[in-house]
Amino acid sequence: MSRREGVLAWVPFVVLIALAIIYIAPFVVQIVNSFRPDADVAREPLSLGIMSWTAAAYERLFTRSDFPLWTMNSFIVTLCVTVGRVFFVSLAGYSLARIPFRGRGFVYALLIAVMAVPGVVLLIPKFLVINQLGIYDSYAGMIIPLLADAAGVFIMKNFFESIPVAVEEQARIDGAGVFRTFWSIVLPMSLPAVMTIVILSFQGSWNELNHFIVSTQSTDLTTLTKGVAQLASGQLSQGSQFPIKLAAALLMTIPVAVVFFIFQKRIMNVGAGAVKE
Amino acid sequence: MIASRPPRGSIHGNRAVAGWLFVTPAIVIIGLFVLVPVVMAAWVSMSDWSGIGPPFAEGVNFVGADNYAELLGGTGLATRDLGTALRNNLFYVLLVVPIQTAVSLGLAILVNRKVMRARGFFRTAFYFPSVTSSVAIVVLWLFLFSATGPVNKVLSWVWIEGPNWFQDPRGIFHIAFGAFGVTGQDNPLSGAMFLGISGWDWVSGPSVAMSAFILMAVFTTSGTFMLLFIAALQQINAEVEEAAMTDGANGWQRFRYVTLPMLKPIVFTVVTLGLIGTWQVFDQIYVGTQGGPAKTTLTPAYLSFNSAFNNQDWPRGAAIAFILFAIIVVLTALQRLWIGRTEVGR
Repeated sequence: MSRREGVLAWVPFVVLIALAIIYIAPFVVQIVNSFRPDADVAREPLSLGIMSWTAAAYERLFTRSDFPLWTMNSFIVTLCVTVGRVFFVSLAGYSLARIPFRGRGFVYALLIAVMAVPGVVLLIPKFLVINQLGIYDSYAGMIIPLLADAAGVFIMKNFFESIPVAVEEQARIDGAGVFRTFWSIVLPMSLPAVMTIVILSFQGSWNELNHFIVSTQSTDLTTLTKGVAQLASGQLSQGSQFPIKLAAALLMTIPVAVVFFIFQKRIMNVGAGAVKE
Repeated sequence: MIASRPPRGSIHGNRAVAGWLFVTPAIVIIGLFVLVPVVMAAWVSMSDWSGIGPPFAEGVNFVGADNYAELLGGTGLATRDLGTALRNNLFYVLLVVPIQTAVSLGLAILVNRKVMRARGFFRTAFYFPSVTSSVAIVVLWLFLFSATGPVNKVLSWVWIEGPNWFQDPRGIFHIAFGAFGVTGQDNPLSGAMFLGISGWDWVSGPSVAMSAFILMAVFTTSGTFMLLFIAALQQINAEVEEAAMTDGANGWQRFRYVTLPMLKPIVFTVVTLGLIGTWQVFDQIYVGTQGGPAKTTLTPAYLSFNSAFNNQDWPRGAAIAFILFAIIVVLTALQRLWIGRTEVGR
């Protein structure tokens, strides 16, 4: 390797570091400014010099705002959706992967078609259906529509297909019913796929905004996404008040960030899996 | 429990029933909240439903394509708003899709180098913005790009006076034309009208405000697509590269003539996903700008929502949603034809 090449080999690394700084800096700026007084943030957004620290924004969020209520709602909805989705999606995936029944091809085609419908096109019609069913502005209306998704069914179906059939045949010979076989033999073997669904639906429902916009209106049912969105558009405050907004945005990111850092490897391989299937 | 084995036929019967039982909950939920809504909205978009009472009730009339005609063929505010929203979103797509594809491919190539140190750290850094909610990112963006915010502060270090991003409705192409003395005055384009918008306004480019959202889209999606590219790069057979190496090809030639052609299917996937995603701009606008300044961040998705939920014009909102649906379907189909592939990434 010539000397020129030796120097050139460092160029990509330097570029990467510069890019990493660009990707990380916004979050650092966010954390720092959420702990500063309003006036300072407006005047000197990047100054790290003479600065006063304050937790006033956080104090206000927790003691004089609906932030705790939003957090509770987000947790309720996310937990219900995640548990329900794992169950329904893996049941359906198992059926499509393993049980030959009349109409399976049709169900499969239907799911493919559904995946092609863009989400924002459904905003108005979803409201219409939720309203007709009488579950508008209730936890039921927030949770039930999110309980199944076609992509999850496919992930589970693909995984189940990779498990050797012999395992189930033994159970069947031993007299176990279809559900028994699924529940106590196949599902425990599918932990990696189940975790993938857990992560995806946790992230998805925690970050969900537009479904809650069209399915609720009362303040009691406001989730973090909806609440912070209102905060951002200034419906709840006057002036810019960046620290409190930044603090709220930061806090709402923590649960998904925690899940992300715990399951990093698996999350980043979900992307890889999507290509291979 | 009696362990007698039932006859064969009944096993099959039971299993078939179980098969249906297992898929039923998922199918009911998906059917009820995706398929039924689509049918219902199709009807509403061709009706004069006022939003009061059920849309299938008596007294709601079928008006055919009237709502669509009013939107696409009229000269009124409805047409102008749709034209504006389509123009805004078009420039958003035209800029975001190529930039995010290039950036994510670049990140993937950089991160995936064999000699790379701390690969995991960089992957995490680039992917993390994709995990956070759009609401949190918009809040952060409104701060970063505020008049006296961090971005303008950084620009001031290099003697650039940054704009008041989210309040600035000027189109960036108009600004560029202006630098060469070309303006809308006496411009031949100003006379031509399409969807209620003059030709000059059609070439405005994204507004400064929309440009901030374009940067945000690249920031939040490049990580996801980077993962797709990394996976594809790892699949590309090392042997093929080695073969090229023995032929004496240098690094750039190897990339240009070996790696890049093999990445074609995944580039196609990323561009398709990008096209589908970028036509659905909603959260950013709802949280950040509500279509302003001067309607330059209005998008079809937000316009559809706004027409229905804020202006109570449900048929119009539904019709806009279907126009958007059609755009996405047609673009995806065209792209498939153009590339000449039907199955990619399998």
